[in-house]
Amino acid sequence: MNRPHLHALAPELESFAAEPYYQPVARETELFQAAATKKLPVLLKGPTGCGKTRFVEYMAWKLGRPLVTVACHDDLTSADLVGRYLLAGEETVWLDGPLTAAVRAGAICYLDEVVEARKDTTVVIHPLTDTRRVLPVEKRGELVRAPDHFMLVVSYNPGYQSVLKELKQSTRQRFIALDFDYPPAELEAAIVVRETGIANELAAQLVKVAALTRNLKGQGLDEGASTRLLVHAGHLIAAGVPPRDACAAAVGRALSDDADSVSAVDDLIRAVF
Amino acid sequence: MPSSEPLDRAALGERLDAIFSFDVSSGRNYDELTEPLLAGERAVQEFALHWAKVAAPTHLEIAYLVVLLAPLALDRLGRRDAEAWVVAALDGFDRVGLRAAVMRLRDIEGFARSASPAAVSLDAIAPRLQRFLQGLAGRPLRVEADARPWTDTETVYLPPLVELATREASADRYLALAAMLWAQGRWGTYAMDIDAALADFARPDHALDWLALLEALRLGARLERELPGLRGEIAALLAGLPPQLDTARAALAAPGAGVDDSIAWLRTHAEVAVSPAPTLECLPTLHPADARERRAARIREQSQVLRLSIAELLESLRAGQDDPPPELEVDADPERLELEVKIDGASVTLPPEGLAAAQSLLQDLGEIAPELLVPAGPAEWKGDGVGKGKPGTLETRADALFDEWDYRRQAYRRQWCHVYLHAVGGGDESYVLAVRARHAPLIRQLRRRFEAMRGEDRVLRRQSDGQDVDMDALVAAIADRRGGAEPSPRLFCRRQRDERSLAAVFLVDMSGSTQGWINDAEREALVLLCEALEMLDDRYAIWGFSGWTRTRSDLYRIKEFDEAYGTEVQARIAAIQPRDYTRMGPPIRFVTEKLLAEPVRHRLLVTISDGRPDDFGDDYRSDYGIEDTRQALLEARRAGVRPFCITIDRQGADYLKRMYGPAAYAVLDEVRKLPLKVAEIYRKLTI
Repeated sequence: MNRPHLHALAPELESFAAEPYYQPVARETELFQAAATKKLPVLLKGPTGCGKTRFVEYMAWKLGRPLVTVACHDDLTSADLVGRYLLAGEETVWLDGPLTAAVRAGAICYLDEVVEARKDTTVVIHPLTDTRRVLPVEKRGELVRAPDHFMLVVSYNPGYQSVLKELKQSTRQRFIALDFDYPPAELEAAIVVRETGIANELAAQLVKVAALTRNLKGQGLDEGASTRLLVHAGHLIAAGVPPRDACAAAVGRALSDDADSVSAVDDLIRAVF
Repeated sequence: MPSSEPLDRAALGERLDAIFSFDVSSGRNYDELTEPLLAGERAVQEFALHWAKVAAPTHLEIAYLVVLLAPLALDRLGRRDAEAWVVAALDGFDRVGLRAAVMRLRDIEGFARSASPAAVSLDAIAPRLQRFLQGLAGRPLRVEADARPWTDTETVYLPPLVELATREASADRYLALAAMLWAQGRWGTYAMDIDAALADFARPDHALDWLALLEALRLGARLERELPGLRGEIAALLAGLPPQLDTARAALAAPGAGVDDSIAWLRTHAEVAVSPAPTLECLPTLHPADARERRAARIREQSQVLRLSIAELLESLRAGQDDPPPELEVDADPERLELEVKIDGASVTLPPEGLAAAQSLLQDLGEIAPELLVPAGPAEWKGDGVGKGKPGTLETRADALFDEWDYRRQAYRRQWCHVYLHAVGGGDESYVLAVRARHAPLIRQLRRRFEAMRGEDRVLRRQSDGQDVDMDALVAAIADRRGGAEPSPRLFCRRQRDERSLAAVFLVDMSGSTQGWINDAEREALVLLCEALEMLDDRYAIWGFSGWTRTRSDLYRIKEFDEAYGTEVQARIAAIQPRDYTRMGPPIRFVTEKLLAEPVRHRLLVTISDGRPDDFGDDYRSDYGIEDTRQALLEARRAGVRPFCITIDRQGADYLKRMYGPAAYAVLDEVRKLPLKVAEIYRKLTI
């Protein structure tokens, strides 16, 4: 049987022409670059909204490699990553999954929140993360060898207390791990200013609100306000929303549904603005 | 229908007698009580009698005062608030004691004020303030009531009631005061020994009062910068400061000003401090001795936590190698409470508790001295549970405290029940073997049934993708194509494993009434259940409960979620034996918390008991116990736990429907059915 090799259906790769804005905090860019040179996979750890995805975009731009981002969810199977046959008229057509596409193209493949994916995805991740650097595409009986430029990056949030969302040792010990956290206050304010164009003083106040909510972590809140939420609040303020209302909408209500926790955050916002 | 005629002296005496008759010691006479009631309408009389009856089991003195003051309270407060007035007094008794209850009852005027729409009471706002302070401080600060605001740097004392023009303004006043007191700890009011610094003043007591005002100025200015949202409230607080202090304003508002600047100003203006400072009710006072003690204890404690976590960190980094001792450095920013710890030049992340301790020390000391980084030895150190749920007070050392529902008050008695956790030991390991042998066929049957419930791989048909071709779908698709219809592209089948994601707790009655048959049946039931459950991956725990009044609810750990069903657990099952009474509320609340901590989708609580709740002494055996149990089950269900109650009750009493209303339940009329039933019920509930 003549199998059509139609990669025309493969998912699109993202390439960054302009530099995505990213503010380095420590030595993460150098470490990432070194890992890229040495063909090592990278694990990004850190709370939500602290800049992991933006960092990967920035590094993709810096290294001049295309990027494939996959937001993992609990129904994501290995087939979703590797690819599947589709029916097209008289025949079946193979469609590369995002991972396969990234391997073939020598791109960076970023699996965001990898612990959310179904367990069977480890089967395809593991051979890519050791010296073999291959992707078995079982359905086609194909073994795709990763070119030197291919790089696997995964992220996860250790803040989840759930035992179901832990990363297994057998998986995590394959990666170079980079710790991410919210940037120090001044840097965070600078990021908010840069992203939203609000005044320095307002940004500093937003950062203060965030710091206060982070104190409530574990005391009613699962997580404190992320840098991303501050940027949202900054955008609202830039659009003319009064700061208190902007924070209530972008921070307080985004953090929790619990009325007590929301009112606690409101009090803190009230104290700062 | 009761008559609306007022009760006469004789009738009143009779009703009061029913409430107070056993109080022979007090020497009260009813005339004192009947007089004010005689003049009232029937509704007033009934109100007084009803609430006296409610209060009597708590304390007769309270009941007595309720009768005495009810007419006044009704007149001043109206019916709804008068009820709240009694409940608040009873709550005061539960929390503080008789004196608090009596004071609350006598202070009808105060209660009326607190019931005014613009007033905010500390009781009402305390939880909110606690979270607010947690946010500001990053460590928990307690909130307590006192006439004047002050803090020992761990507890924040605030006035019991604030009434400004509006409710919002009153609440904002509380926020500003709380922030002011937090600022005392945060910006070093107690960072130096104030008593020593003021000792050489002519009148150290006056100097202290003046210093309190100066600190209010300094911290007010600081807060206006740090928390600009509170600017208006802070300005209002500081409005009444005497004119002598005007020259201090500018100096103390400088960004780097500290408590030493306040003292220095006082020193250069010593003539001010010879006369007493004006009393400004709303401004904080200083209590250096209390603060010094708390601060020293905290620094000791947090240093130990920090040193332990550094030891832990080094342990994990070195992994047992005999390297030379590493070089530790710390870079701290006391303004932002940020710090970076370096080991041999490389930056490391402290574990969360270590980081919290370091930040706490940084707040108290302004720096992290190198000796604090010396890793601690293996000495045992136990946290005092600050921030954990509801730790017991020092006096009781209970493992947990729980609220209890008082249906007569229609309110909770706060922190009312003391729960103690126990290990069960000394059981006969061969017991389980014997049961296993006796019930071998039954166990085989149960295991087969349970096996059928396992989270088996399921084949999903007609998927757009999968390991195998779905032949049925393919045939249908070909047929469609031949017939000219558009074929479905969903031609595959996929195996999918379904996880059960379930946690269950079995709560077993170990009260004295289970002596004999029931106890045997309970133990057998647990054995059969465990044998069957071993076929599944469900997480389950087993707790036994018994108790003796509200001050001692005992919970016996038979099996924790993480324990395997091994010889140890088997020996504990064998060791289950009848003990005291059945106070069901606290155990239900306890295991509900346990269940909520489990990371699963479904939570199941199965209670196994014999008959109605019962406890020694107080009236738990009456409707009180039934209502509290019902309330505990309601709480569990609201929290997302599915309660199921199995009870052995030969009478099939009618209270069951009310008590177990919020839960599903099964009543067994024969003890010997229990062993098989428990496993069967579990199977049906989770199939």
